[in-house]
Amino acid sequence: MSPENTIAFENVSRFYGEVLGVNRVNLTVPPGVTSLVGPNGAGKTTLMNLMTGLLHPTEGQIRVLGISPQDTERLCRLVGYCTQFDAFPKGLTGYKFLYAFLRMHGMSHEECDQRTKRSLELVGLSEAANRLVGAYSKGMRQRVKLAQAIAHDPQVVILDEPLNGLDPMARAEAIALFRQWGEQGRHVIVSSHILHEVDQISDQVILLSQGYVVAEGAIQGVRSEVKDQPMQILVRCDRPAVLAARLFDQDHIVEARIQGDGRNLLLSTRDADSFYLLLNRVILDSGLQVESVAPADDDVNSVYQYLIGAEGSTV
Amino acid sequence: MKRLWIRQIAGVLRLELKRTAFSKRGWWIYCLAIGPVIVALLHWLIESHSHSVRHSLGEDSVVFAGMFLFFLRGSIFFGCMGIFTSLFRGEMLEKTLHYYFMTPLRRELLAAGKYLAGLVVALALFLPSVAATFLLLGRHFGAAWTDYLVHGPGLGQLGSYLLVATLACIGYGAVFLVCGLVYKNPMIPAAVVWVWEALNPFLPALLKKISILFYLKSLCPVEVPATPPFSVMVIEADPTSPWIAVPGLLAVAAILLIYAGISARQAEINYGE
Repeated sequence: MSPENTIAFENVSRFYGEVLGVNRVNLTVPPGVTSLVGPNGAGKTTLMNLMTGLLHPTEGQIRVLGISPQDTERLCRLVGYCTQFDAFPKGLTGYKFLYAFLRMHGMSHEECDQRTKRSLELVGLSEAANRLVGAYSKGMRQRVKLAQAIAHDPQVVILDEPLNGLDPMARAEAIALFRQWGEQGRHVIVSSHILHEVDQISDQVILLSQGYVVAEGAIQGVRSEVKDQPMQILVRCDRPAVLAARLFDQDHIVEARIQGDGRNLLLSTRDADSFYLLLNRVILDSGLQVESVAPADDDVNSVYQYLIGAEGSTV
Repeated sequence: MKRLWIRQIAGVLRLELKRTAFSKRGWWIYCLAIGPVIVALLHWLIESHSHSVRHSLGEDSVVFAGMFLFFLRGSIFFGCMGIFTSLFRGEMLEKTLHYYFMTPLRRELLAAGKYLAGLVVALALFLPSVAATFLLLGRHFGAAWTDYLVHGPGLGQLGSYLLVATLACIGYGAVFLVCGLVYKNPMIPAAVVWVWEALNPFLPALLKKISILFYLKSLCPVEVPATPPFSVMVIEADPTSPWIAVPGLLAVAAILLIYAGISARQAEINYGE
């Protein structure tokens, strides 16, 4: 993939005095939705601030679509950033807040007006447009920040905990919006603590812990790289006991449990490929009727627990 | 069609004026601006009800010159400190500076736009205050005062005082803009500058010239004689010609603004979380 189409970190470190922010980060983020996952203090916000030029790296180099974050005039035309700071310039209505900062892009009054209205409509704030942002609820403030981040139609949208404070309906709408932007070929970088939502949103994840990138890539790929944890597979079939009996002969099987209505078999294996071969054999030998076979722990939550574990307890 | 940088500076100016002017937090700056006017108003009321003439018009002009120096060292100095240090540091405290930093705006233009906004507010507060104080102070002389203003040196003196006040806002504004950008606690460098400016009369001639107040005093139309016991400690220095003082002050302000632009370019958003 060309550097003009990726966000690239080359050996990037950032220290706050003697405190580590992120260390030796090497990443290439392709278009689509990428989630930054990690406990508090893992370095998610630092990474976002680095790629938006709000912080400078102590070492290393960053390129956002081929542009250095120090080149703010070019970068900020391509990047929208919804930070976690719940603060706004005083005395501005939702409309004026968006409009005033759009004017800095050099757009005409008509264009700023149009974009402001469109963005507010997209986040469902059209009716509250003329109310002071200071009088908004937390959810509305979160939405107006989202609207401000996307008002100039950026190619890269960076969202720090964007679902905080949103009600379930607004969360679902926001997630749909992120997915839509990702499908349009934009870079959508999201940090979130809510792992099941990360699962819904992400094309790829970046797991961070204590300033280091622990893993990156599509979540299934990351899971398959975690060799020291047996893979869990859920098989739904008519005779799980027959399958379980055959499994116990195998060295790579760690555990097998019949669950739920007696038709589910949850097993743990150190060698998923061998298990799938065996399953084929059992089906042929015993005429087993299999309804479904699915990995049970290739979601963000499981990978997070395996790689980061209890040190970074999260939702 | 206006150039992009003009639109951007105008955008910053609009936003900053909304933020800086008439903010509740700035109440003490309004008090600094209105204080001398109240003193002059009281002076006028007392003198106009008094039947005995206690002093001459010339003495009142010296009194104003003395008041004006206090005004420079007190009201304008601290007023500019309040206005200009908060342009960047205030936004850091309010956690709103990143909105500017995430626009395609050269940071140098941001510094310039903020400085202009601060200057507009400072001038809007302090110039009317200087003019009103000057006009009220001799008001009780009646027709003689009007004559002094229209046919005498009155209006010329007022013009000079307004010029000095403007230059003070320009100079101190640039100093405090840099303080607010470079220092986490701009009060410490501001205090150092204040002590340096306050010590100015007692410094050797060479050191006197490393000061904004020295050049401002050179431009004042009426000289204030030092009173005992301080007069023995005052070191006299030749006043600087206006042809050097005015461009000199503007040049110093320009250098400080360039430095502010460079600092703004290197600035990071670190709200201390």
